[in-house]
Amino acid sequence: MIKRLLKSVREYKKASILSPLLVAGEVVFECIIPLLTAGLINNISRGCGMDIIIKYGLALIVLAMFSLLFGVLSGHYSAIASAGFAKNLRRDLFEKVQQFSFANIDKISTASLVSRLTTDVSNVQMAYMMIIRVAVRSPLMLIFAFAASIIVGKKLAWIFVGIIPVLLFGLIIMMAKVMPLFKSVFKKYDNLNESVQENVKAIRVVKSFVREDYEIEKFSSASNQLRRDFTRAESILAFNTPLMQLCVYTSMILISYFAAKLIISSGGAYLDIGSLTSMITYSMQVLMSLMMLSMIFVMITMSAASAKRIVEVLEEESTIINPENPVMSVADGSIDFENVSFKYSEKAEKSALTDINLHIDSGMTVGIIGGTGVGKTTLIQLISRLYDVTEGTVKVGGRDVRDYDLEVLRNEVAVVLQKNVLFSGTISENLRWGNPDATDEELVRICKLAQADEFIQSFPDKYETHIEQGGNNVSGGQKQRLCIARALLKKPKILILDDSTSAVDTKTDALIRNAFRTEIPGTTKIIIAQRISSVDSADLIIVMDGGKIDGMGTHEELLKDNDIYREIYYSQNNMGGDNNE
Amino acid sequence: MSKKEKKPAVKLSGSSIKRLLKFLFKDYPVALCVIGICIVTTSIIGILPSVYIKTITGYIQEGLASSFSSVQGKIVNTLIIMVALYAVALISSTVQSQVLARVTQGFLHKMRTRMFAGMQKLPIRYFDTKNDGDIMSHYTNDIDTLRQLISQSLPNLISSGFVIVGVLAVMLYYSIPLMLVVFVGIFFMALVTKKVGGNSAKYFIRQQQSLGTVEGYIEEMMHGQKVVKIFCHEEKAQEDFDKLNEALCSDMTTANKYGNIFMPIIGNIGNMLYVLIAFIGGLMVTSGGFIPNISLENLFSTGNMISALSIPVIASFLGMVKQFTGSVGQVSQQINSVAMALAGSERIFALIDEAPEEDNGDVTLVNCREENGSLVECEERTGIWAWKYPATEEFDSPKLVRVSGDVRFSEVDFEYEEGKPVLHDVSLFAKPGQKIAFVGATGAGKTTITNLINRFYDIADGKIRYDGININRIKKSDLRRSLGIVLQDVNLFTGTVMDNIRYGKLDATDEECIEAAKLANAHSFIMRLPNGYNTMLDGGGSNLSQGQRQLLSIARAAVADPPVMILDEATSSIDTRTESLVQRGMDALMKGRTVFVIAHRLSTVQNSDAIMVLDHGRIIERGSHDDLIAEKGTYYQLYTGAFELE
Repeated sequence: MIKRLLKSVREYKKASILSPLLVAGEVVFECIIPLLTAGLINNISRGCGMDIIIKYGLALIVLAMFSLLFGVLSGHYSAIASAGFAKNLRRDLFEKVQQFSFANIDKISTASLVSRLTTDVSNVQMAYMMIIRVAVRSPLMLIFAFAASIIVGKKLAWIFVGIIPVLLFGLIIMMAKVMPLFKSVFKKYDNLNESVQENVKAIRVVKSFVREDYEIEKFSSASNQLRRDFTRAESILAFNTPLMQLCVYTSMILISYFAAKLIISSGGAYLDIGSLTSMITYSMQVLMSLMMLSMIFVMITMSAASAKRIVEVLEEESTIINPENPVMSVADGSIDFENVSFKYSEKAEKSALTDINLHIDSGMTVGIIGGTGVGKTTLIQLISRLYDVTEGTVKVGGRDVRDYDLEVLRNEVAVVLQKNVLFSGTISENLRWGNPDATDEELVRICKLAQADEFIQSFPDKYETHIEQGGNNVSGGQKQRLCIARALLKKPKILILDDSTSAVDTKTDALIRNAFRTEIPGTTKIIIAQRISSVDSADLIIVMDGGKIDGMGTHEELLKDNDIYREIYYSQNNMGGDNNE
Repeated sequence: MSKKEKKPAVKLSGSSIKRLLKFLFKDYPVALCVIGICIVTTSIIGILPSVYIKTITGYIQEGLASSFSSVQGKIVNTLIIMVALYAVALISSTVQSQVLARVTQGFLHKMRTRMFAGMQKLPIRYFDTKNDGDIMSHYTNDIDTLRQLISQSLPNLISSGFVIVGVLAVMLYYSIPLMLVVFVGIFFMALVTKKVGGNSAKYFIRQQQSLGTVEGYIEEMMHGQKVVKIFCHEEKAQEDFDKLNEALCSDMTTANKYGNIFMPIIGNIGNMLYVLIAFIGGLMVTSGGFIPNISLENLFSTGNMISALSIPVIASFLGMVKQFTGSVGQVSQQINSVAMALAGSERIFALIDEAPEEDNGDVTLVNCREENGSLVECEERTGIWAWKYPATEEFDSPKLVRVSGDVRFSEVDFEYEEGKPVLHDVSLFAKPGQKIAFVGATGAGKTTITNLINRFYDIADGKIRYDGININRIKKSDLRRSLGIVLQDVNLFTGTVMDNIRYGKLDATDEECIEAAKLANAHSFIMRLPNGYNTMLDGGGSNLSQGQRQLLSIARAAVADPPVMILDEATSSIDTRTESLVQRGMDALMKGRTVFVIAHRLSTVQNSDAIMVLDHGRIIERGSHDDLIAEKGTYYQLYTGAFELE
């Protein structure tokens, strides 16, 4: 896991190695300086001359300069290293997700991907910064301070042997208690945030049902629960400071007493007065670095979960990869399904599609109709290889879709998804997703085709109108028409509309289909629809039920032979029929 | 990506933090006093070691001249005092940290709830203009900055401040000349803090902003990832991301650089100061009183402020310099989090201060019973609703008017944005029990009309009357309670299917909910879910199909049983086979109620009592289906247009 993460260090390797080294240098000076100051005090108390003070003073100033230099440099490099590492990690994750197939995205889920790229990266970055700075500093500090205290304090260093275990024991108990608590706290925190998001999205429902107070109460009780758990965790951690103080105070008192005894009884020979002050400084350092170590331990364990989630994404293999010698052009817009079966996951009990055999000629208009969940969307997603078949073959232009270069295939097979998305940016920026080089005239022409030009022209900024994130400032029908225009700009050989005109009124819907027929006759058009009127003029209509093709034919044929089709037709037109009596 | 290029200038004022502290004090006056006392106690005791070390060093020197036993008693006595003081310090720091943990979390909870409660009262307009990510960050990032501030920065600043002042006081007591030397150090530290600290805070805030931008982009792209793939837009997406990511990295590096070098600089100014004190102190000692020490200690002990500097004084001074530097370092480390909390609290208050939805209505909705032919208000649900006018001078008792569902618009104009009218001169009436349909192209203003009935927005001109009452006089919550709404975009809540249906009427029994589900034809698919009515819906019901979600939302409205219903494309995603099944339930649901229907499937609206054809915010045709067909106008075209390709 760590190895996988470290791959993202790359160009920041130098900074990542330099910073701990520089930190080590900083620590050396920070430890030598007190030694010298102790010497200085001793000399002063012995009543030394100014020459010695100056000598010590100069040495100290030189050391302080070095310490400053190392400190600043290590700060500099560790900032570069950790920010850079986080950048690369974010980049690698983003790149990986770009390679993901639909199946991969379904598996991890969008919400989870977002939190992995944001929160989890931040956590790992913090831990990385800690590791290259503090994780070097604290153990070094501990060793130096301990060694120095043995040199200066000699026998006095035994005091630590008594105190350190107490501190360690306390810290370990605390950690053991706090870790599981924090885990549950973080989960609760996530839930709370999710519920806020849910509330914001559903604010119209909340207000319509006058549930503001109910929502406030719901939120308040969830927030209060979080407060309770968080308080429990933090109040355990809050014992950290008193525990630390207990150890520092105890060692100070013990050091003071025994140092006084040793100094006096040895007549200042075994131990001198200066040692007393430095011993106290060292005792602080020893205990501080122990506490820091324990904090790092907590940080690392907490970020371990994040690291794991990141690595999961990095190691996820895309289920759809480009073939080795890909076919780089699509001959025509014909489509064949040969004995195709499909399951969304290997573990799924039910096949989403079973035994589909189908031939569509290039340039045909095909309608697909059937209830919700019968496999219409699944069927068309196989054509542009958004998923791979479980059994059988899907062919486009007479070749297996798995032989094509993905980009070539997807440029020739344009899909307008049911759940479609516009991105923040202007209308023309959004449309140019279909073709970055499209001219302004081209945009207008295509938008007229998709019946979008009229409403775009009614906006004050026309094609430069800004679309908000998620396309919230255009209506559902307008959004659908923009999405159709975007797909048309690709000039595909196959155009698939997955219930893409559900929010468009019947008249406009008819106009769009009319435009398709006259303007892009050579393009194979597949239209999934709820309305019979959207498909009844198609060359071929496919009726689906339960993952299978229930019937195929023209409107008239199906009306004669297919029960489901007939039922749908009458359910939509019986009232019209009544009126025509 | 062009719109957010320019970063807003970082400008902070202290007023929001003042307000935050005011809130904090109002919420926890006692606890804060306790914490304050504890911090002061601990800090004062924290200063004492240097004093006692000096005393003990004195005894040691005394002992060196004689023997340990002669000074042992004195040393032990001093240490006992220290033990006692330390015990006090320990207790107070335990109390402080425990109380603080509770105050911090309690306060965050209160602020969160305040924010949320405020947010619930905001008009729909607010949610139109803000994107979800921005609103969310108030609850995550901004609240987090407060936690840092309260649990770490504030106590740290207070105790460090005390230590600094305390140490300076002790210094003043022992030696005024040496303290003046310390001031030179303070001057340099202040200089560094101003320069480095100011930059550090600035860049930390900028880093937060860049982080927000990058996270916003990630969120947008992850949600649109499937579209990215369909358009083979991966490379372009990556390119844009790299640009933002690079910018974030550079801001982050700069911010952390400043943050990291702060301590070494302060620390080493401390070291220099240390040398300076040793040097000057040594000079004063070796000069043998030639350079005299001026101190308050001398004044108290000998009555003369001037004497020679003693070695123990230098020793303790050096210790104090260390402590002093440490505290200044602590203060300087808090600068970033204080700056971030400032920015955070400013945003939090911006949300809290947002003006809530106005509601001046005084007519309320009540349940009634019929007694001797007149209405009597009662508590329980009777199925008979009435509008209750408050008592006025005219009527000394409240007047009750039966809710019948009569809605009239006269000459209503409306605009979402000034100068861009959406509705012109709309007049219509819905008699009790009628079904009124709105038909028209997308953007013609169908949904807008329903948004005016429930007062999500207020009209610019004209009148809307509900059972003869100006809807502005009706209390908003009661107005909305009398209207059941089913929207095209269905929002469900995390919870069970049953919970979601019950959202329409919180005290509905399970049986009532199931009855409503049966009415909406949702019962059969619910029973096929793994746990039936107890199936958990996550992520707003993303595990259901759009059609199933619509069925649930119809059930939700059915259980509320309101006198008036608004169905805005309520069945658009239900396939027509199912719709014809739902239709029966819908008919049952609509019976006896005034219903407003928006649908583009004309089959859904054909049997309406009146159909309004809207075009660019005007009603251009109205009448029953047969009238409109006979009229051979736009409706006729729409209607036949559906079949023109036959």
